[in-house]
Amino acid sequence: MEIFLSLVTGFLFACGAYMLLRRSFTRLLIGILFLSQAANLAILTLAGLGDGTSGIVPYGETTLEAGHPDPLPQALVLTAIVIGFGVFAFALILLKRAYHKLNTDDLDALESTDR
Amino acid sequence: MDQPPMEMYVAGMIALVFGAAFWPLLARRRADLAGWFSAAVPAGMFFWLLGQVPEAGQGVFASWSADWVPAMGVGIDFLLDGPGLLLSLLVTGIGALILIYGGCYLKGSPQAAPFFCFIHLFMLAMLGVACSDHFIVFFVFWELTSVASYLLIGLGHAQIEARKAALRALVVTGAGGLALLAGLILLGEASGTYRFSELQAQGGAIVEHAKFLPILVLVLLGTFTKSAQFPFHFWLPGAMAAPTPVSAYLHSATMVKAGVFLLAKLYPVFGQTEEWRTTLMIFGSLTMLLGSLLALAQTDLKRLLAYSTMSALGTLVLLLGLGTTLAVEAAMVFLVVHALYKAALFMAAGVVDKATGTRDITRLSGLGAPLPLLAVAAVLAAFSMSGLPPFIGFIGKELLYEAQVSASSYAMLITFAGFAASAVNVAVAFKVGVAPFRRRGEVPKINPKARQLSLLAGPMLLALAGTLAGLFPDLLGRNLLAAAVSDVVGEPVEVKLKLWHGFNMVLALSMVTVAVGWALYAKRERIRPLIVILLERFPARANEIFDAGLQRVLARSEKVTLAIQHGNLRGYIVMMLLSLAALLFVAVFSGGGLGEMEAGPLRMVPVGVGILIMAAAVAAVRSNGRLSAMLAFGVVGFGVAMLYALFGAPDLALTQVLVEALTLGLFAFVLRRMPLIRNHSSKRRRRVDFAVAAAAGAAVTLAMLAALGTKQPPPVSDEMVRMSVPDAYGRNIVNVILVDFRAMDTLGEICVLAIAALGVAGLLLGFGTHNRQADVAVATPIYRAAVSWIVPLLIFISVVILLRGHNEPGGGFIGGLLGAAGLVLWRLTRGESVRRPTWWSPLLIGGGLAAAVLSMVPSLLARAPFMQGQWFGEVWLPLAGKVKFGSTFIFDVGVFLVVVGVTQLVLARVLQSSEIDVSKSLGRRS
Repeated sequence: MEIFLSLVTGFLFACGAYMLLRRSFTRLLIGILFLSQAANLAILTLAGLGDGTSGIVPYGETTLEAGHPDPLPQALVLTAIVIGFGVFAFALILLKRAYHKLNTDDLDALESTDR
Repeated sequence: MDQPPMEMYVAGMIALVFGAAFWPLLARRRADLAGWFSAAVPAGMFFWLLGQVPEAGQGVFASWSADWVPAMGVGIDFLLDGPGLLLSLLVTGIGALILIYGGCYLKGSPQAAPFFCFIHLFMLAMLGVACSDHFIVFFVFWELTSVASYLLIGLGHAQIEARKAALRALVVTGAGGLALLAGLILLGEASGTYRFSELQAQGGAIVEHAKFLPILVLVLLGTFTKSAQFPFHFWLPGAMAAPTPVSAYLHSATMVKAGVFLLAKLYPVFGQTEEWRTTLMIFGSLTMLLGSLLALAQTDLKRLLAYSTMSALGTLVLLLGLGTTLAVEAAMVFLVVHALYKAALFMAAGVVDKATGTRDITRLSGLGAPLPLLAVAAVLAAFSMSGLPPFIGFIGKELLYEAQVSASSYAMLITFAGFAASAVNVAVAFKVGVAPFRRRGEVPKINPKARQLSLLAGPMLLALAGTLAGLFPDLLGRNLLAAAVSDVVGEPVEVKLKLWHGFNMVLALSMVTVAVGWALYAKRERIRPLIVILLERFPARANEIFDAGLQRVLARSEKVTLAIQHGNLRGYIVMMLLSLAALLFVAVFSGGGLGEMEAGPLRMVPVGVGILIMAAAVAAVRSNGRLSAMLAFGVVGFGVAMLYALFGAPDLALTQVLVEALTLGLFAFVLRRMPLIRNHSSKRRRRVDFAVAAAAGAAVTLAMLAALGTKQPPPVSDEMVRMSVPDAYGRNIVNVILVDFRAMDTLGEICVLAIAALGVAGLLLGFGTHNRQADVAVATPIYRAAVSWIVPLLIFISVVILLRGHNEPGGGFIGGLLGAAGLVLWRLTRGESVRRPTWWSPLLIGGGLAAAVLSMVPSLLARAPFMQGQWFGEVWLPLAGKVKFGSTFIFDVGVFLVVVGVTQLVLARVLQSSEIDVSKSLGRRS
């Protein structure tokens, strides 16, 4: 299962990278989303997928039984998702602002602003 | 040994820091007053230091220490040993006079305020150099002197020459500083100590070390650049672009002596090696002779003095290279002598400049009558410089000759070189200190302002000190110089200075020197043109070579920078992806390839979801429509959420679903005002990008497989799983980790969120706030009716999720996102007025952060580990039942508030800007 998910992750990363290299603003944004999702999937997969039980201690017990997934990467990924959203919102508005200011959605047209 | 404290000294240094901030304020209006008042601190330190001299003579030194970086063994250890005391006395004594002089000199000039700031910083730095025992602390102060010198030379930065000279001085001394740092670190590692005192106690043991030669070369580079030794001498004459008080202080009496001072500190370690002696003798003599030669060609008072300073610095280095106790004694005496007469003459030159408006010696004459006091001071200083009895300069020169005559090797050559330099010294002394005051031709008009006491006090006191020291040399020699010399040679030495040594060869040499010097002076009009012609034969000047080299370096680095930083964003991304892929491939295959992988069995449902994700990703890549692209990436996002749910991460699944919904909403709002997705790139370009992306993706998969194949230690979270219920009273371990075990990380993360929201708000700030055309397309009556009861329900559920989060899926993040989603729906029903960012979104963010910070307090009060959950007892919460109430709950509420606030702020801004676009485009159409 982990091997399959590694393939999915790599595939998603490649799609994200390809989108990141497009000149269209919209595709760039989708690329950012894909990259962060690939990263989250990678962390979850590498932490071990467990046997499908969740990381919540049942009532009446004091600890989890063996075979549970690792909760620490989950906590990391949870904050990563929320922060990814913040970054995405920032990028979205930045590019929108650039589009209205420069009247282009072509990334290559931004080069002139650097010089 | 019982060491006297030096709190006074440290207090003085602190007072200088405050002085650097305070005196410029006064100097802006009354620089002369600032000069007199500010002189109190260095003057006070000077007298305190004088009080230390008798004890120093007994080998008892004041010390003080404080921790700085205890983990690395770096302490601010101050130790006033002999040479340190000597240098401190010069720095504070001359410094006080320079402050008085400079305040008057710069009165009414815009340079006065910065002068007072920088000169105080410089004084602080020099005192630090004088007494720091630890290499690193010493180096920090050493660099501060370079920086202060740069600022002071550049005071007249309106002129390009001043800027150039300042930069040259900074680059040369800064580069030397880097070499010195490397040398000191090597020295510290090789000798096992980073303290000068301990190093000196080891004596010359380090010489046997394999790294001895690199250490020596690096340290000498540092000292030679600082003390303007050939071939780094050229920055010193350029530094004369600084106002005269600066030249008098930094570039003659103190800073340039720092290099010599360090050489003296290291003399016990290296002083007896052949390499040290040869290098110092060669470069010292070259600098001494070149300085003298160049001095003969000058007509400007300050440049004359600058080149003679260079010659004097060469002499000092040469003396330290001779390796005899006598030479060290001569060096220490000459150091003091030179500082006294050179500072006096520099200040006198400044007054002459002020009085007549020129520093050209060919145009100056007859100033003795209108400026009698200055004339006396200048003549006394000049006599001391010429080495005439009964001045201290005479004693200095006698010792100099004695040391040179008794040199162990090349005595003849060295004595002759010393003789030439001394003769030129006599000529320079007369040119600067005597010629301008004798009447030979027309007497220029005098500016009466030059007669002020503040301007005359410095040169007069220094000249007087030179005379008194000559008459009563034992005052200087018995304790102060004895301590300095003893420390440098590493054994107790008695320094007996006398004016009269009897008739011997040295006295004869002295007399011949004065005679030849006088001849050089008398025939100066004839000699100078000859020297100028000679110098023009040199193929190039050092500063020109330096400038050309600097230009080449700059041009080259510009080319390199443009090649790497080409400004093409996608070019950067390609580079990053390729580097990532290359590094991962190398890492995997150099690590022995893939190992035996531990992997669970394939399950049908997740495989189906995985295939769906890949298919949707391809669709998103290939899609040209905005809506279809959006739908495709929506499928990817929800697919990932499903995977989370399938693999035992309900919290992640909930978070991902909510974030995906908000992302889609945001995207939809923005996208409708963006153009259709177009294929900008050429086909070839797309193929290249495809290959790059495929390589990166393959590398990621490969790295993951490699990671799966490595044996992993038991995860750190085992402990968390064990402690979660009994110690942290929470069954949802993910939530417990977020709010308790790793609460500090979460705090950082909500701060990042808040900052991102502020960034978004700031970006859209310029968009204006007023708009008349409200976009009410979504606010249909049915929608309103539905929202009116859905929204309260959503907000209610979000609070429930927050409350139960500690034991069941949920918590601050998820609750916050859900609440935010509800508020978004509500916003859409309202008119334009509500779509403006509300005043309460920033308040929510601030309140949330405040709650998070507040939740730290109990752990601090209980002296528990920072942010560890503290429990206040059981409470009954609606819908969550009986739960333990504690600080972690407050923290989770903080997270909740921040998430709601951030989302609201961002969404409101997006909605608002979308509307403005509408009004804009409408306006364009009409």
